[in-house]
Amino acid sequence: MDQHTISLFVNNKPGVLLRVALIFSRRAFNIESLVVSSAMDGKYSRMTITASGDSKTLEEIIKQANNLVDVIHAGEHIESESIEKELAFIKMKINATNRTEILQIVDNFKSETVDLTHESLIIQVTGKTDKLDAMIELLSHYEVIEIVRTGKVVMARGDLNT
Amino acid sequence: MSKKSLTGAEVLIKCLENKGVEYIFGYPGGAAIPIFDALYDSKIKLILTRHEQGATHMADGYARTTGKPGVVLVTSGPGATNTVTGILTSRMDSVPMIVLTGQTTTPNLGKDAFQEADVFGITAPIVKHSYLVKDQNEIATIVEESFEICNTGRPGPVVIDLPKDITSADTVMPEKITIDLPGFKKTPKANHSDIEHLAKTLKGAKKPLIVVGQGVVISRAATAIQKLAEKLNAPVTSTLLGKGGFPETHDLSVGMLGMHGTAYANRCVEHCDLIFSIGSRWDDRIRPGNAEEFCPNAKKCHIDIDPAEVNRIIKVDASVVGDAKEIVERLVPLVEPLETKEWLETVNKWKKKFPLSYKIQGGLKAQHVIEKIYELSKGNAIVTADVGQHQMWAAQFYRTAKPNRWLNSGGAGTMGFGFPAAIGAQLAEPKECVIAIVGDGGFQMTLCELSTAMLHKLPIKILIIDNKYLGMVRQWQSLFYEERLSGVDLEGNPDFVKLGESYGIKGFRIKRAADIEKVLSKALAYNEGPCIIHAEVVKEDNVFPMIPAGKSAADMIINPPKKALEKPEGST
Repeated sequence: MDQHTISLFVNNKPGVLLRVALIFSRRAFNIESLVVSSAMDGKYSRMTITASGDSKTLEEIIKQANNLVDVIHAGEHIESESIEKELAFIKMKINATNRTEILQIVDNFKSETVDLTHESLIIQVTGKTDKLDAMIELLSHYEVIEIVRTGKVVMARGDLNT
Repeated sequence: MSKKSLTGAEVLIKCLENKGVEYIFGYPGGAAIPIFDALYDSKIKLILTRHEQGATHMADGYARTTGKPGVVLVTSGPGATNTVTGILTSRMDSVPMIVLTGQTTTPNLGKDAFQEADVFGITAPIVKHSYLVKDQNEIATIVEESFEICNTGRPGPVVIDLPKDITSADTVMPEKITIDLPGFKKTPKANHSDIEHLAKTLKGAKKPLIVVGQGVVISRAATAIQKLAEKLNAPVTSTLLGKGGFPETHDLSVGMLGMHGTAYANRCVEHCDLIFSIGSRWDDRIRPGNAEEFCPNAKKCHIDIDPAEVNRIIKVDASVVGDAKEIVERLVPLVEPLETKEWLETVNKWKKKFPLSYKIQGGLKAQHVIEKIYELSKGNAIVTADVGQHQMWAAQFYRTAKPNRWLNSGGAGTMGFGFPAAIGAQLAEPKECVIAIVGDGGFQMTLCELSTAMLHKLPIKILIIDNKYLGMVRQWQSLFYEERLSGVDLEGNPDFVKLGESYGIKGFRIKRAADIEKVLSKALAYNEGPCIIHAEVVKEDNVFPMIPAGKSAADMIINPPKKALEKPEGST
């Protein structure tokens, strides 16, 4: 099953998220990440959704999303034609012995320490999903307290519209 | 000078009047009182139903007959939830409908107030679009948008949820209404190169088959289709909802295809080298569960107004997105007659070899009664059917020659649809003969509307095919579940003639084949109000031909089998 990134340009109105989510849920299709925020013109919003599944079903989902009155347009993103980024906060339990090691990882991943106490540390990391996955994997050998990820945002490259 | 102040409800009703609404099918309740109050002074006629489900099917029947949106008005909470089945029914069959629901006041929303239900949420999966109105000044625009949405492109239901404080609040009728629907895709004008490609794909077919669906009826493409079929010399079959999209009385017609379609239509599906759907979405009643097994050796063409339907189920060789009538009219000059002489001979051989048949002996047969009412009404009636065995027999034996005269719940298969839909149809066409062919099961789900039909003296002929069973499920249990009849015996049915009498409704009985003509003639001549024709048919009869669910046309069972059958894998 492939992972797909779908971007939707929708009316900024109550209930729109419900309608979009229903297209996924009626097929028992799980939404893995979802980012919604106001577009440049506040009348509209942008949604970026990542989901795993077969391409045929996904194509059907996109067509049905396009049929919604509240969806101006919906489409799938091809990785080579778009830039994408995700942000995560990772809260670690630390002690005097492992602090330096962890900070080295933070450094290697070009991430930042945004909160630091004697017992805990919050890391802020941005990048592509696989970079975040790799860092989280490394950190999981220490004591991770919690992780919050934003989900992916994408924008089409060059002249293409997102 | 300031404009005259009106309530939100008054603006709502005025807008509906301006849209040419003749009837509202409804049932009041606390949250809807302001709207019913505004209706008091309106020229729109209120048809007070006896249940909200009935209101939706009446609006649906009205819409299917006229092509205009049916309008429903109910109250909040249970009033609104009772419309859900009717909303689904119209959604599945692409019927334009506007459902106005009262709602608790806006400060009460989300507080589990009396008769509060999240109608926006409950109906979201089954509407074409919906509104929860938060500002009385938006009512006029929302009504305008709703009419545009529900009946443009692929039609469907729109729900407008109206909190009581909004319909009671003061507002004015705007001078000009501008709608703003940036995401609403209007019917695209069909792409010319797609039509050319379609014409090219049709070329050379020796064994073509045209399938007409509901889209043909909606788009009023029947005349254009006839021209196309006659020019191509191609046989035409119709789906259950496509009946009337091509005259079933025409030589090129092979009747309905699918699970209980004619044997010759399904033979055509099995043997054709090109299948061309116009306004049908390759629904699972007309194809095997595994869509790849569907006509594997035939080219496939598709015209549909909904881009989401193209290549959704069946991968096609040529497709055009747009309005069926427009496309077929543009297609006709581009096609050449096909060499189909041999094919048509074969088809006619099948017609003779496998006609629709039943045995007249051994008790009163539903097929016999339906065939006779077809003959005696000269095939001219508007016919509604409910859901089940009687529906399939009606589809087989009441041949439909014109569109908008065969009303059925196809996609949803809603029991209880047939009778109220006939009320909507009769109101739309007061001079036409309207026949509701219903089963004893489905009729009892909405029979409270006998009051409604009686009150308006609607001369509907309610033909009850009573076998005292839920016959279609019983048929499956008999054929595939070793006769383990479970939950299908309708013991306790009323005497339907006496039931009618208590409403003041005229009743007729048919118990023997010998009485069919005499009784039906009398019933068809009775026009002072509704009448019930209670046909007590044999208890255990099965609908054939039958393609077991999930199987393909080649697996069709034409005659009653002698031995037990394998359980089909298909859904239902």
